[in-house]
Amino acid sequence: MAEVLPGTPGETPGVRGLVSDWASDQMAFKNVPWGKAMMWIFLLSDTFIFSCFLVSYMTVRMSTLEPWPPVSDVFALHMFGADIPLILIAIMTFILITSSGTMAMAVKFGYEKNKNVTFWLLIVTAILGASFVGMQAFEWTKLISEGVRPWGNPWGAPQFGAAFFMITGFHGTHVTFGVIFLLIIAWKVKRGDLDHERPGFLTGRKGRYEIVETLGLYWHFVDLVWVFIFAFFYLW
Amino acid sequence: MSSDTTHAQGQQHPISIYLWIWGWLFVLSAFSYTVDLLELQGLLRWSLILLFMFLKAGLIVAVFMHMMWERMAIILAILAPPGAILVLIALMALEGDYTFVTRLLYFHNPAALAE
Repeated sequence: MAEVLPGTPGETPGVRGLVSDWASDQMAFKNVPWGKAMMWIFLLSDTFIFSCFLVSYMTVRMSTLEPWPPVSDVFALHMFGADIPLILIAIMTFILITSSGTMAMAVKFGYEKNKNVTFWLLIVTAILGASFVGMQAFEWTKLISEGVRPWGNPWGAPQFGAAFFMITGFHGTHVTFGVIFLLIIAWKVKRGDLDHERPGFLTGRKGRYEIVETLGLYWHFVDLVWVFIFAFFYLW
Repeated sequence: MSSDTTHAQGQQHPISIYLWIWGWLFVLSAFSYTVDLLELQGLLRWSLILLFMFLKAGLIVAVFMHMMWERMAIILAILAPPGAILVLIALMALEGDYTFVTRLLYFHNPAALAE
């Protein structure tokens, strides 16, 4: 009989590592700080919430007898003497991707304990996020003034408004909270809380640069959700 | 093999990989926007939309969220459960289709639409 070598939790790679990690009691997620594991689990639950919204949107769009409003024209803006389809949405997409890039670099410089660069990258990320929310507010104002309501709109299937306000509203709320937390963490970085392991005001746990990565996970998730909204709601 | 990529000091990777992924996300977003600008329709339209969407989502999760450097224990714990959503999509697609057909049978008034 061949000898079966037990894996070492946190070290053995691959499937054997998976088994030894999960079989090691107490901590299944080796080398993952608890805050990061909890953020991942929160994001998993958020994935299901956004999926429910997008699946509901699919269901109402499939089952309506009236034609779906022409999304590409609804979100067109009159610029430079022509109607450019979806232009605002495209700009919002690029802004959110850019903010994801600056966030990823903030995490990197955070682990290098480069306080100043991390602080400014977090601030830039927050400004980009705030401008995204601003554009969304502009978009909502425009559609509401054109007569879009959760129960109807001038162009076709009444379900359009309900899906639009619910999905983009929930996403915009996520971005808004992300901006608030970006500013809080940026302030903590600037003040040196993470260098001096100063206890947080709420949890009392020591400040560590891991919280920048945990915040980064949330921010990238917001960008990730936008990728799906952009594809299913605006392009489909 | 020791876990030198995911040690306790956290995820540290060269900045070039972030810049490359950032560039690719820009390019892929431009591609998806082009699908709309060119007014592609039908199978080509949604296969391209889905392709660019999954490529972007994959890059964000794998690199920006560092999933490709994590251990398999957390990768599976986070990425496997959303598979259940496929079942929900299938069920609701059936349901939506049924509602559509029912509405066609009982609420559809061709005369009213023709006006």
